[in-house]
Formats: sequence, structure tokens, C-alpha cells
Amino acid sequence: MLNPDIEKIELSKEEYERYSRHLILPEVGVEGQKKLKAASILCVGTGGLGAPLTMYLAAAGVGRIGLVDFDVVDASNLQRQIIHGTSWIGKPKIDSAEHRLKDINPYVEIVRYPVRLSSENALEIFKDYDIIIDGTDNFPTRYLVNDACVLLDKPNVYGSIFRFDGQATVFHYEDGPCYRCLYPEPPPPGLVPSCSEGGVLGILPGIIGVIQATEAVKIILGAGRTLKGRLLLYDALNMSFRELKLRKNPECPVCGTHPTVTSLIDYEEFCGIPQAKAEEEAAKATMGEITATELKQLLDQKADVVVIDVRNPDEFATTRIPGTTLVPLPTIEQGEGIEKIRSLVNGSDLVVHCRSGMRSAKALGILQTAGITGKNLKGGIHAWADEVDPSMPKV
Amino acid sequence: MTVKVLIPGPLRRYTANLESLELEGSSISEILADLTGRYGDLKKHLYNEDGKLRNFVNVYVNDEDIRDLNQQETSVQASDVISIVPSIAGGSSCA
Ligand SMILES: [Zn+2]
Repeated sequence: MLNPDIEKIELSKEEYERYSRHLILPEVGVEGQKKLKAASILCVGTGGLGAPLTMYLAAAGVGRIGLVDFDVVDASNLQRQIIHGTSWIGKPKIDSAEHRLKDINPYVEIVRYPVRLSSENALEIFKDYDIIIDGTDNFPTRYLVNDACVLLDKPNVYGSIFRFDGQATVFHYEDGPCYRCLYPEPPPPGLVPSCSEGGVLGILPGIIGVIQATEAVKIILGAGRTLKGRLLLYDALNMSFRELKLRKNPECPVCGTHPTVTSLIDYEEFCGIPQAKAEEEAAKATMGEITATELKQLLDQKADVVVIDVRNPDEFATTRIPGTTLVPLPTIEQGEGIEKIRSLVNGSDLVVHCRSGMRSAKALGILQTAGITGKNLKGGIHAWADEVDPSMPKV
Repeated sequence: MTVKVLIPGPLRRYTANLESLELEGSSISEILADLTGRYGDLKKHLYNEDGKLRNFVNVYVNDEDIRDLNQQETSVQASDVISIVPSIAGGSSCA
């Protein structure tokens, strides 16, 4: 609880010793340390942002830390999700995180929620916590976390990352603005590349996550000036921090003067995910598919087939199917790629591939409207690695 | 009049990787018109089908959101710095 009755909270001898560097800090002291012990924080996601921030919160002695995560540890997570170690690959992240946090500080209580956060469970999970930290990686969950925080009147400590850029702020704290005041709507699916397509500097979530942890601790202590009403922008490449003013929108549908969102909604729908999936399925149904094994046979037979890789140049430079030509999806979207493919195909059969089959389906849809038909490599280059070339790393 | 416009990381692939541009105009709408005139692919990222500025791309004059000023008709001076700040969602598994 925030602002607890300090008299009722005890610190043991071991706790005094453990937190001694806090206790001699006037802004924390015994009183602040007791506030930390009485406080509860829920972290949604134990990935890039959740990993460093929960480690620091546990170390700082936040009494109860809730973790929401249903994912398992993957080797590709370890470049940035430092709470998880190599020996935990393939095991639930929540188990790995709990193990690490208890090792850092056995005096904190870890509460596990091994579920996908949804409109059905969010209010029930959030209601027992003082502060919610958004460490998620997708728009539907971010709007869900925001709305649940506004409806329950809890501060939402926000952080988000992309490649070398990060954003952080505190939403819905002391009558401050919320996420919807900043961004009333999410981008349509596919317009913004995901981390798996766009990449992310492994250290970046460390910086942003630790800023989130700092803000949460300041809220508990009631010390300093939080990021409420300020959007902090971090650019790792230029090593620059900037801040922008963030104001409450009186017409905000959830925190404004006449809210229209008064209960949790369907956030997948809000973010256009079902529509995008349906369009994708419809597009897939009209275009042919080819398996990696079938493509290998065609190539071995020296069949008259042109194989186009629509991933980004950086991905192409890392791994590629032999004999393929790179035409990145953005160039196809811009038109020049279409003409390049038209001249390459010139009567041959066409196969298009990407990492796992999504971007190539999109490319084929565009090519189809330009009068060029081809087949999609089912499962992309990952399927090629699985079925044809097990020595190829799946990146 | 030329004004400095900062291009965020996620949009730099549409501006030949340039992180800041000197653009012509005395209002936000003129400056954005100059921007999309030079880099046409940015248009669909900044505007919806009706030609309205998208709700997940914010534009700031110095540290003020143009929604708190005079929207796209906000006038600018040569000493102002314009920022474009799109919504990003990354943070967790990104698997
Ligand atoms: Zn709001």
C-alpha cells in the first residue's frame, strides 16, 4: 500500500543490513524503506523491460512484486532479457524470473500470474497492486493496461522501445494524462515493423526499464518529481535524452471529462488485429503455397523458377537460401521492387519468401494487383532451416 | 523560412536515414507538405486516407504537442525545432 502506517511495519536486523545504503540516504531512510516494504508493484511482462526493472525493484526491497508472463525463455531473448539465463531456455519465463528475484532478495514476495493478460482477467489481477508497470511489447496489451489502470485509478509506469529509441513516462498519476491522451489510436497492424523484423539494441530495454523502476520507487517514496506529464525520449545512437510536454486530453475516451470507455473492451479488435488476420488469410487462400522441401526439389532439378527474398538487407546478409534475389518488401510497397521482380521473372515461375511467411504474403498480394502471380514459401526461411538445411541458424 | 525537423528512428528509413532535416514553411502543415513532397513514402505514415494527420504520430513544436497549440495551422519560427514522435510498442519478448 502507498502511504502506509509506518509504525506498523518492522524491518529485521538482516533487512537493516541489506538496505543500509538506502537507510543512510535522507530521501529514503528507515521510513522510505518501510514504504518500499509495504508497497506492491505489478509488472506486466518479464521480457526486455520487465527483466532489469524487476531485478532492481526486488533488490530495492519492494515488498510484493507481481509478474504476468505466459511465455517461455528462447535463446534469442538472452541478448537483452538479463533476468533469464542460458540454463532456462525452453522453460517458463515466470519460473526463471521468480527464481532469479528470490535469489536477489528473499525478503520480497513474488506473486506469479502465468497467464496472457486479457480484458477478462486484468482488473482482477491489477486490483491488489499499488502501481502497474507496462513492460509489454504490443499495442493491444498496452491499451488494455492503460484502460485497466484508469478504471482502477492506479499509476501506469510506461516504457517502450524500438531499435535504438526509447520512450518513458508515468500515466494516470495524480490526475495526469493517460496513454490514450498521448496516442488516441494505435497504428494499423503491419505499418510499424515489430522487434523481430526491426531488431532492438539489447542494452536499450535496460536503460528504459531502469527508468521505469526509478519512477515506481519515486512514487512509493513520494520523493522528487516524476515523469507525469512529460514524455521522455531516449536516442541511444546519439546518446541524447529529450522531453516533451504531455497534457491530459479533456476529450480522452477513458480519462476525459465524459468517458465513453467505462469498462474493458476487445483490444485486439480496437487495434484492428482480427481484420488484418482475415485479410491475410483471404490473400493466402488466393495465392499458392510451396513447401521448403518442394522448393528444394525444384532448385535441384534446375527448374525455371525465380526465388525472391523480401526481407531486409540486414536479414539477407545474415542468412539466405542459395540462389535467391533480395527485393525488400518496402521497395515492393513503393513500386520500384515490382518492376524489378517483373523483369526478373520474365516468364519463369515465381516463389517469394521472408522470415516466416507473413511479409512474403503481403508482397504477393501487392504483386498480384500488379499482374504478377507467384507462390509463397510456407513458413519462410525458418521452414527451409527446419526441412532442408538444419545447419542454417534461425534468426 | 527553413525550420529544423527531427526524424525519429522508426521513420528514418523513409528519409534516407537522415535524423534531422531543414524544411521550408511557416506553419506545421507547410512543413509537413515539404517533408512528404521530398520523401513521398512518409505520406501514408503521417496521414490517413482522408488526409488527416494520423492519431499515432504526434508532432511537437519544441516541447509542445500541436494538439495543444493550433493543430496543423500552428505557426513556427526559424528558431523552433519540430519533432515527429510515432507510437512504438516494443518492450517484451518480441519473439
Ligand atoms: Zn486519457
